[in-house]
Order: sequence, then C-alpha cells, then structure tokens
Amino acid sequence: MLAYDFMLRAFAASGIVAVVAGAVGYFLVLRGQTFAGHALAHIAFAGATGAALIGLAPLYGVIAVTVGAAVAIGALGERLSGRDVAIGVILSLSLGFGLLFLRLTTTNATQATSLLFGSVLAVSPATLGHLVVLGAATLTALAAISRPLLFSSLQPELAEARGVPIRLIGILFLALVALAVAQSIQIVGVLLVFTLMVGPPAAAQLVTTRLWLGIALSAGLALAQAWLGITLAYVTDWPTSFWITVLSTLVYLAATGLARRRLT
Amino acid sequence: MSDAIALDHATLSVAGRAVLSDISLAVAEGEFVGVLGANGSGKTTLFKALLGLIPADSGAITVLGRPVKRGNPEIGYLPQLKTALPGARLLGREVLAAGLDGHRFGVPLVSAVAARDIDRALDNVGAAELADRPLSEMSGGERQRLLVAQALIGNPRLLLLDEPLIGLDPHQSQVVVDLIGGLSRALKLTVLFSAHELNQLLGTIDRVLYLGRGEAALGTVAEVISPAVLSRLYGAPIQVVRADGHIFVMSHGRDIERQQDHHDHHDHAGL
Repeated sequence: MLAYDFMLRAFAASGIVAVVAGAVGYFLVLRGQTFAGHALAHIAFAGATGAALIGLAPLYGVIAVTVGAAVAIGALGERLSGRDVAIGVILSLSLGFGLLFLRLTTTNATQATSLLFGSVLAVSPATLGHLVVLGAATLTALAAISRPLLFSSLQPELAEARGVPIRLIGILFLALVALAVAQSIQIVGVLLVFTLMVGPPAAAQLVTTRLWLGIALSAGLALAQAWLGITLAYVTDWPTSFWITVLSTLVYLAATGLARRRLT
Repeated sequence: MSDAIALDHATLSVAGRAVLSDISLAVAEGEFVGVLGANGSGKTTLFKALLGLIPADSGAITVLGRPVKRGNPEIGYLPQLKTALPGARLLGREVLAAGLDGHRFGVPLVSAVAARDIDRALDNVGAAELADRPLSEMSGGERQRLLVAQALIGNPRLLLLDEPLIGLDPHQSQVVVDLIGGLSRALKLTVLFSAHELNQLLGTIDRVLYLGRGEAALGTVAEVISPAVLSRLYGAPIQVVRADGHIFVMSHGRDIERQQDHHDHHDHAGL
C-alpha cells in the first residue's frame, strides 16, 4: 500500500491536517463555537467554486473567503443576539452562490463531489506542499495565542478585566479555524469537516480533564481516524471520507460510554 | 490611612443611559463594604468602572491612590457566575492555571512557582480538594470558592466580588461571607461585596453601600438602612423592620430583597 506515491501523499496530507484540526478543534469545542466552524466550511464551498470560476486554485479561494468570513463573524462579537441566525443566513447564501459558480464553470460532477466530500487520494505534490506550510503556520499561531485564548474561553469577563483583548483574540482564533477548515476540506470535504474538527476534540474532552492531555488526545484521535480511514478505504475500495466518519462516530460513542461509566 | 477607592462626582453610563450620576464616596483601605441595591441599580457597573472597563462620563475615580486602569493586578475580581465559567470538564487546577498571566501571549505552561501559588490560594479558602475536581462536577458553592481562590492569586489589595452568593443556600452563603470576612481582616484586604440580601452580611461588613435611582448612600448599617435614605433610593415609601437580629426592608408590606432574589433566580433559569 505504501509503494504508491499517491498513498504516501494521502497519509502525509491527512496526518498534517488531522493534527491541525484536532488541536484547533479542541478550542472550538471548548468555546462552544462549533456552529461557526460548520458555517465556515460551507462558506468555503463558495470560495472554492468561485476561485475555479475565475481560474484560481480552489485552495486560495477557500482561504480568502473563509478567513474573511471568520473575521466578520468574530467582529459580530460573542453576545450579539441572533448571531447564529445571521451566520445561518450567510451560510445558505454561500451554498447558493457555490451552486451558481459550479453551473457557470460547467465543471463535472466529480469535481463537485470531491469538494463536498473530500479526495485525499488525489492530493497533488503541490497541494501537499501548501498543507505543510499552512499547517505549520496555523499551529504556530495557535500556540502563540493559546494562553489568552484559553483564559478568555473559560472566563471571558475575568479575562477582559485583566486586560486580555478578548474581541481581538476571538477574531484571531476564528481566522485560525478558517485556515484549519481550508486544510480539512482537502481531506474530508466541505460537508464532513466536523468529522475531524469536532468529533475528536469532543471525545477527548469527555475522556480527560487535563488541558494538554486533551489537546494531544484530540490531535491523536483525529490522526488515527484519518490514517485508519485511508487504510480501510484501500482495503475495501469504499470512500476514505466514509470510513473517517464511521471511525469518528465510533470514537465519540466510546468516549461517551467511558465518561458515563466513570460518573456512575 | 489612605483611600482604597475614591469617586469624585463620577457619572457612569451603560449604553448611553446614566446608571450612577454624580457619585462621590470614599472607601478606606481594609474596609469590608457590602454593596446592595435592586437589579440594574449599578452594582456591576460600579465594579466595571473600578476595573477600568467602563470609563466615567465625568468626574474622577481613583483605586488605591491611582486613576483606574484596565488589568490592574492589585484588584482581585469575581464576576457574576451567570455568565462566567461554562461547563468545561477541566480540573479546578487547570482553570486557575489558565488565568495566571492569561493576558500574555504564548503557550499556557504552568511553572512550579505558579502551581504553588494555585495550591496556596485554594488552601486559603479551605478548598485544596477542588484542585483535582473537574469544574463541571462542582456545586455552585464549590465553584464560588474556586473563584474566590482565583481572585486571591497574586496578592491583590482590593477584592471586587460581584454577587458571590448567587445560587448558594443560606449555609453555604454564610461560609463564603465568613471566609471573605476572615481574609479581609487577616490580609488587610479592602472588599466590595455585592449581594441581594443584607442579613447575610450583617456582623461581617464594616459599612454598606446602597445604590438606587442613580444615587448612592455609603455609611454604617444604622445610617444607611433607614426609611429616609432607602425611600430616596427606591423612590417609594420604605419601611425598615428590625427583628431578632435581622433587618427587613419592606415596601407596601412586602420584603423587597426577598422578592428581588426570587425574581433574579427566575431570570437565571431563563438565561
């Protein structure tokens, strides 16, 4: 299986993306902002198809649109009532535009499917290079803001009183979520970003009460899902994304069971 | 002895509405002041102004001899519980560690010195065992004690405690009040402690600050809790009934504080 270049690239790309998604996702779940992450993935669809329409690489379109949307969502603030409704409206609009752009570029159905559900086995050497740079940048930036981010996630009012620029930290974090989403889309597609960014961190937070262990477990679970998913896809010839979603669900159910057993 | 807090003709507004108008008062260092008043009377607004989060429209505010500034390390703050602390499953120790130097950029690694500070702060409030309990499994009283411990980290000289008794039963409330009173005396801390009910604070507080209708009255319990002063602050005739070591503030024969307390719990359930 590892004799094929495309398989090696699939393992490398999914490995990088899984670690980034698991680490960023840990904070996303901790902050209760999973809906924002979900919305960014859908908004990315318009970015990818729009970029294809004007002849740009989809990855650049995705990054431009999701980071822009992330800054806008972050600027709306945590406490604005109806924020989720506003995000929901934009999310639907983005999918609508994505559909229009697809029609206008007259691309074939395969391209749309790989955008929606991922195509890890088709990662090109150039894309892998982009993922390495993007992944390193995302993790470095996350490490740089992680202390004030953690404080303002757990105790926003106290953090504000102590001088943490909580609004700015929130915007920076959502921009990192946007970058993680853009990378995850390359592996599992627009519709299944949750399977790497929410499933593993939610499971990790059920299982451990320690911060670093939680982040490591979240990244580790995402990585295990991705690699095992590719292996199962190779063996069965069923889609990788299918296997990753199945594994994500199993991991989450197991974590719920563990947490419940400990409580009783 | 210098003033820990001084307001000089200060006016404070929230969303364009003046909540406190032309307030002048001074709290001495080491004083334990109970802050009372109806919902929306400006208790939280006053705290936020002292923290430098809300600028005064006019007048001057000084804290520990200096103009207010955001992020003042000499202030320990306990925000109202209703919005603080989500149901995270992190250990008490990890939550407190997140707040240490939480305003600095970087990775939240906890040094041995910081870990000792956390243990000492928890010991101070008799809650060493909370270090190894997940936040999501703590009762309201335990969470409050954790937050009091957190407010004490870094040896502040002024404590601002915003409704630390919300959600606590009478016994737990008494434990928290006694705890803060003891700390205030032992460490010479100035404390502003807001609450719904005066009786829980009687015997512990040095003075009471009562807020209402944009005004403030600061003085001993005997001076402030009087029909004349409270009728002015509530804008309605108020009777004060003293019975059995308790004080009841009544309007038209009903206990104002108790009513308010119930009303407030109702609000929280809806949030």
